[in-house]
Amino acid sequence: MTAIETDRRKFLAGSGLVLGLMLPMRGARALAPDPSFAPNAFVRVLPDNTISVVIKHVDFGQGPATGLATIVADEMDADWAQMRIEFAPANDPLYKNLAFGTMGTGGSTAMANSWMQMRNAGAAARAMLVAAAAKSWGVPAGEIKVAKGVVSHGAKKARFGELAATAATMPVPEKPMLKTPEQWTLIGTDVPKIDSLIKSTGAAQFTMDVKRPGMVVSVIQHPPAFGGKVKSVDDKAALAVPGVVAVKAIPQGVVVYGKDTYAAMKGRNALKVEWDLGQAETRSSEAMLRDYLTQASNPGTQCEAQGDVAKALAGAAKTIEATYVFPFLAHAPMETLDAVIEPKAGGADFWCGSQFQVGDTSAVAGVLGVPFAGMTLHEQYAGGSFGRRATPDMGHAVESAQAVKALGGTTPVKHMWTRENDITGGRYRPLMVHKVRGGVDAKGAIVALETITTGQSFMIGTPFFDAKEPFDDAMVEGLTKSAYGLPHYRVGVNVMKNGVPTLWWRSVGNTHTAYVMETFLDRLIELGKQDPIQARLALMKEERAKTVLKRAAELAGGLSAKSGRARGLAFHKSFGSYVAQIAEVSAGADGVPRVHKIWAAIDCGVAINPNVMRAQVEGGIGYGLGHALYAEITLGEGGVVQQSNFDTYRSLRIGEMPDVEVAIVKSTADPTGIGEPGLPPAAPAVANAWRRLTGKVVDRLPFAHPSNLAALGAKA
Amino acid sequence: MAVEFLLNGKTMSFDGDPDTPLLWVIRDHAGLTGTKYGCGIAQCGACTVHLDGKNRRSCVTPIDTVAGKSVTTIEGVSGPIAEAVKKAWVAIDVPQCGFCQSGQVMSAIGLLEQKPRPTDADIDAGMAGNICRCATYVRIRQAIKDAANAKVPA
Repeated sequence: MTAIETDRRKFLAGSGLVLGLMLPMRGARALAPDPSFAPNAFVRVLPDNTISVVIKHVDFGQGPATGLATIVADEMDADWAQMRIEFAPANDPLYKNLAFGTMGTGGSTAMANSWMQMRNAGAAARAMLVAAAAKSWGVPAGEIKVAKGVVSHGAKKARFGELAATAATMPVPEKPMLKTPEQWTLIGTDVPKIDSLIKSTGAAQFTMDVKRPGMVVSVIQHPPAFGGKVKSVDDKAALAVPGVVAVKAIPQGVVVYGKDTYAAMKGRNALKVEWDLGQAETRSSEAMLRDYLTQASNPGTQCEAQGDVAKALAGAAKTIEATYVFPFLAHAPMETLDAVIEPKAGGADFWCGSQFQVGDTSAVAGVLGVPFAGMTLHEQYAGGSFGRRATPDMGHAVESAQAVKALGGTTPVKHMWTRENDITGGRYRPLMVHKVRGGVDAKGAIVALETITTGQSFMIGTPFFDAKEPFDDAMVEGLTKSAYGLPHYRVGVNVMKNGVPTLWWRSVGNTHTAYVMETFLDRLIELGKQDPIQARLALMKEERAKTVLKRAAELAGGLSAKSGRARGLAFHKSFGSYVAQIAEVSAGADGVPRVHKIWAAIDCGVAINPNVMRAQVEGGIGYGLGHALYAEITLGEGGVVQQSNFDTYRSLRIGEMPDVEVAIVKSTADPTGIGEPGLPPAAPAVANAWRRLTGKVVDRLPFAHPSNLAALGAKA
Repeated sequence: MAVEFLLNGKTMSFDGDPDTPLLWVIRDHAGLTGTKYGCGIAQCGACTVHLDGKNRRSCVTPIDTVAGKSVTTIEGVSGPIAEAVKKAWVAIDVPQCGFCQSGQVMSAIGLLEQKPRPTDADIDAGMAGNICRCATYVRIRQAIKDAANAKVPA
C-alpha cells in the first residue's frame, strides 16, 4: 500500500477515509523537542471494505500487528476478516512510541504505549461512520447500530466501505466515546494472528527476501577483536572468485560485493586482511571476569537501601553469601541483520525490519549525505530480534549505508550478515557478576539481603541514558523496585569499562537480577526452614504479586513432585507485569536439568489476546531456558570470540522444550508488556528445582558450564 | 556445464559457479525466497527442502548433486499431508517471527511422510535439526500431532 498523507485531516480523494487524530503526548521522554499535540493516522477504510491499520511497531514475532489491529477493530465494531495491516513509514510526529519519543519497539511497550491511542483511533473512525450513516439516512446517530463491519438502522444497512467517502467529510470527534470492557467483542479473545498464514507458507517477505533490479549482495569481514581496524587488504583472490564485483574497506571492516549471495560469501573466504589491533579489546573473557571479581566486593554506588544490612547480618542467626557469574550472550535472531538500500535522486529507498525506524532511516541518510525527507523506509517483517535490531548507534543501518557509499552510492545493495558475523559481532548481553549476602533470624525469617552488581553499562553515554541519573537502572532493574519488602535491604552497583559492545537482550537486566533474587531468596528460605510459597507471600508488598504466585501454585498443584523429580518456584515482576513459574525437573543425561514442565501464572493487565500472551510466555521460557542451560559467548586470547555459529553457540532444540501451561489472571489494569516478562522467572525456577533435586547450587551460568558439571561429577 | 533439475515440478537449469549450494540457487536464481538462510552449516534447518521427497538441508547441498533430481520447496509442496500440516500450523498460530517456519513446515511434512503417526520421541528426533529462536516448539509439536490426527483418523 502507498504511504499515507498524514498532514491533512480530511478525506483524500480516491483513497478512502484517512483518519487523523489529535492526541496528547503521554509520558513521553522525547529525544527532541516535541509539540504538545501531534496528528496521528492509524486507520484507513478502503472502498473495497477492507480496513488497514497502520502499525507503528516492528513485528518480529511478539504479535503487535495483530494486537494493534485488534484494538482498532474492536472499537470500530469491525469484522476481523476485513482487517489488514501495513507498517508505518519513518515519521516520529505521527508514529513515535509514546514511551520513547521516537519510533521504536522494545521494553515490552508496544501495547502499553498504543492502548489508548489505538482505542481512540478506532472509536473515532466508528463515530464518523455512524455520523455518515445518520446523515445519509436522515436518522439520529444514537439509533444506529454497528456490528461486524455493518452499520444499520432498522432495515437500512451499509458496510463500512460504502460509507467511507461520506464518513471522511464528517468532523473528527476530539474525544470519541470508548467502549466499556463489557462491550468488547475482540479484545480478550483469541483473535487469529494476522500473519500466521503467510508465515506458514513461505509467503511472508523479510528484508533478506527483497531483490531490486541491478542489486548486488554484500557481506563483511569484521576485525578479529572488538575495536580493531583494517590495516591492509589483499583482495586479489577474492576478486578472482566468479561473480565477485568489488572489495572495499569501510570503517567497520572489509566488504565483498557479489552478483549473488554465494559469490560474495566465497569471495569473503578468499580475503587476506591485515588488522590493526592497537585500540582493540584484547582481553579474554576469563581475564575480564578476574577484573570484575576484584571489584565485586566494593559496596559500589547505592541504588536502593533500607534499614541497616551490616547490623542486621551481624545479628542474624544464620548467614550465607554467593558470587554469581552471568556470561556474555548473543541474541542470534533467526534472520541475521540485513538491509537493502537503493539510492535515488536526493535520497534512497530503504528496506529493513527496523526496530528504530526513524533512527535507522536518519542514519542511512546521514551516511549517504541525503536529506531525511528523501528517504523512504519500507518496513519489513523481521526474523526475530530479542533486542538486537535496536542499537543506540544504529550500527547496522550505518554499516549497510557505508557499504552502499563505498561502492559509489548509486548501486542498490543488500547488505547481510552471515551467522558467523552475528555470533561474533558483539552487542551481547553483558558479562555480569553479583556478590550477594543475606541472613535469617532464629525463627527462620529473612532479615537482610544485600546485592552488589558489577558489570558493564550499555546505557551510560547513549541518548537513552539521562546523565542526571545516579546509576544505570538497566544493570539492577528487578533488584530495585522489587515486589518484595525486606526490612534490611541494599542494592549496589559497580560499573566496569569493557571494549566488548553490549546491549539490551530480551528482558534486559532482569535476565540476571531475577536469577539472583529468586535463587538466593530460595536458599535463604531453605536456610530458615520456611515454605517457599508462604515465605514469598509474606514478603510480597503487592496484591497482584501475591495473586499470580498463588495462581501458579494452584495450577501446578504445589511444589511436590514424583520420585526422581523436583519442583522449583520463582516470581518476578518486570515491565509492569507479574509472572510466577513453577518448574519440574529431573537429571538429564548430559548433566544439566531436564525440564519437563513449567506452570506459569501472569498478570499483565487487560489481556488483549490471551493466545498471543500464552505464546509469548512459551517463547520467553524457551529463550530464557535455552541460554541458561547451554549458551555462553566467551573471548579467548587476543579477545577473539570463540563461538561462531549454532554448532558452538548452542540453541534450545525441540526435545529440550518443556511443556508449558499458562494461567492468565483476570485484570482490568491498563495492559503492560508480555514480550519479555515470561523470561526472567524460568531459569531461577529451574535452578531452585535443581538444587532441591541434586543439592547443587548453580551460581555460574550456563548450567552446562564445566564448573557445574564438575561439581555434579564430584557428587556422583 | 549447466546443472538441470526439477524445481517444484518445473525444469530448472543453473550454469553458474558449480560450488553454489542449492539454497542460493533457489533463492537468488530461481527467486523463491520462502526457503531461508539461517546458518549455512546445516545446524538450524531454516533451509529445509525436499530432495526426491526427503528432507534436505539445502545450504550444504552442492548444486551438482541435485542434477536430474526433484527439489520441492515450501512454495511447491503439496498433497494431503502438506495441506494438513500447513492448516495445523495456521490453526494454532505456530509462527512468531516466522523466519524458521518454512523449514519447520517442510521438516514436519517430511517427518509425517515417513511416520504418519509419530510419537513424541519421533517428533523430537525428526525435528531436532530445526532451530526456532522464538522457541515455538510447544506449538510445533502440537501442530504435528494435529496434522497427523487430521490425516490418519484413529
